[in-house]
Amino acid sequence: MIEVKGLTKIFGDITAVNDISFKVKKGEVLGFLGPNGAGKTTTMRMLTCFSPATSGTATIGGYDIFDDFFEIKKILGYLPESPPLYLELTAREYLDYVSKLKGVAKSRRKSALDMVIDRCGLEKVIDRVLGNLSKGYRQRVGLAQALINDPEVIILDEPTSGLDPKQIIEIRELIKSLAGERTVILSTHILPEVTHVCQKIIVINEGNIIAEDTYEQLSARLKEANNTTLIVREPTVDLLDKISSVSGALSVTHDFDGNVKTIRVESATDIDLREELAKLVVASGSGLLELKHEAMSLEDVFLKLITKEDRTEN
Amino acid sequence: MGNVINITKKELKSYFISPIAYVIATVFLIITGYMYWKNVMAFNAACFRAASLPEALKRLNVNRDIFISNFRSIIVTIMYMMPIITMRIFSEEKKNKTMELLMTSPVTVPEVVFGKFLASFILYAGIIGTTLYMPLFISTVQFTMGDLYWTPILVGYLGVLMLGSVFLAIGIFASSLTENQIVAAVISFGFILMFTLIDAAAAQVQGLLRVILSKLSLVAHSRSFFNGVIDSRDVIYYLSFMALALFLTFRVVESKRWTQ
Repeated sequence: MIEVKGLTKIFGDITAVNDISFKVKKGEVLGFLGPNGAGKTTTMRMLTCFSPATSGTATIGGYDIFDDFFEIKKILGYLPESPPLYLELTAREYLDYVSKLKGVAKSRRKSALDMVIDRCGLEKVIDRVLGNLSKGYRQRVGLAQALINDPEVIILDEPTSGLDPKQIIEIRELIKSLAGERTVILSTHILPEVTHVCQKIIVINEGNIIAEDTYEQLSARLKEANNTTLIVREPTVDLLDKISSVSGALSVTHDFDGNVKTIRVESATDIDLREELAKLVVASGSGLLELKHEAMSLEDVFLKLITKEDRTEN
Repeated sequence: MGNVINITKKELKSYFISPIAYVIATVFLIITGYMYWKNVMAFNAACFRAASLPEALKRLNVNRDIFISNFRSIIVTIMYMMPIITMRIFSEEKKNKTMELLMTSPVTVPEVVFGKFLASFILYAGIIGTTLYMPLFISTVQFTMGDLYWTPILVGYLGVLMLGSVFLAIGIFASSLTENQIVAAVISFGFILMFTLIDAAAAQVQGLLRVILSKLSLVAHSRSFFNGVIDSRDVIYYLSFMALALFLTFRVVESKRWTQ
């Protein structure tokens, strides 16, 4: 459905998106994951034909983003980072305007409006002026706007930002319900989001794709490491060397500045070093104050992917 | 065409939801109303002075003596008003990020530009239309030197509408340049003033330059309309000026996409 080949966007000296390529099948939900400023929005703007790419191409539903952008716009629903609302209009007036803009046939406009009111939960606010709505409702109207032309491809830029937990769950359910018949790309910097709704995840950082996989495989691949953190009273001179020589310890980092002296030991997932490390530190007479085992959370997976990239770059 | 009408309708709705349309219309009517009263009173005084001299009375003319100066006061007022009507047209879209909606919908940039232009033109024509009470009122009066002629009045209004359209097109262009409405208003006012004062600049120089500068003046081209003459040179000048400004707007909107 969507095929991206070597898409690049350069602003002056800054490469916002650098030679990215990926494919999305019909009916799939793709999650774009990355920190703020990673190039998620820029990529989406290129796909929606809002902003032309510096180089590279992409096709959506077989249409080229340069040559057939007018056709793409007809089959596309797009929710930008901040919902594009005319704050002086009521939700009804606004959605009516958008449905005309998107070329929804006159006979289908009413049912399209009813459909999005129902799907996005807008019954209560439909006749209120958009400027008076809360951020959560504005976001929902933004989402309604993206769905009103019953698009084949839906691109959502941070669809759940500004919503409360209950609304977030509702929106996620909504996005899930879109999968199957429609192709969805959504971006987020919130990790649990992608695990809930996306079949496929692309992690993007500084304009480069650094991982592309399903969530399960992504986290399995990254959970190669286990962390054990030690806090000691006074490390002896050879303590670090001793710890490094423990079999199974992949890397040892330390922070001896200040009052709390910490050592962090990384090991493979299937090896538990706690017992051995405890013995070793106690025996060395460094004074073991604390020993903590940390399994890798989603946030760690994410951070690790990003910092990994940094390390290889430097 | 459906898209143009849709955009025009929405723009008009926005004008009338916000106080802009009402405030502009009110201020415009107060100022032009006062000027009209002054013009009528001046004509009245001239009639009194000429009452005893049939020759002098014959030389007076309702159309010329009231309405030429009346058209002038209308265009001086709109010079100040137009930038306010147009300043929000693209600036607000950018500020509210609704440009992204327009540009990702199946509408073309020329449709957007023209739809917006049409909306501001309809608002403008409506405001100008309210001044029709002036000739209507005069037409009910019987004058010894001859009644009011409607044709030159309507030609004068055509001139006001054409000149105003150029001002609107300039304002829309200025609005496309920035997301700050004040900056847009100042830029369009600067352009309008420049193409008005060019007349004075022309008087300072000689030869070919003088001819060129005087032909460029926006206001100078309205004079024959106010005298009741439709000169094709003026019509072509206004239409091409308008087309140029709208074309530049189209290019600016189109090119801004590259920096997003």
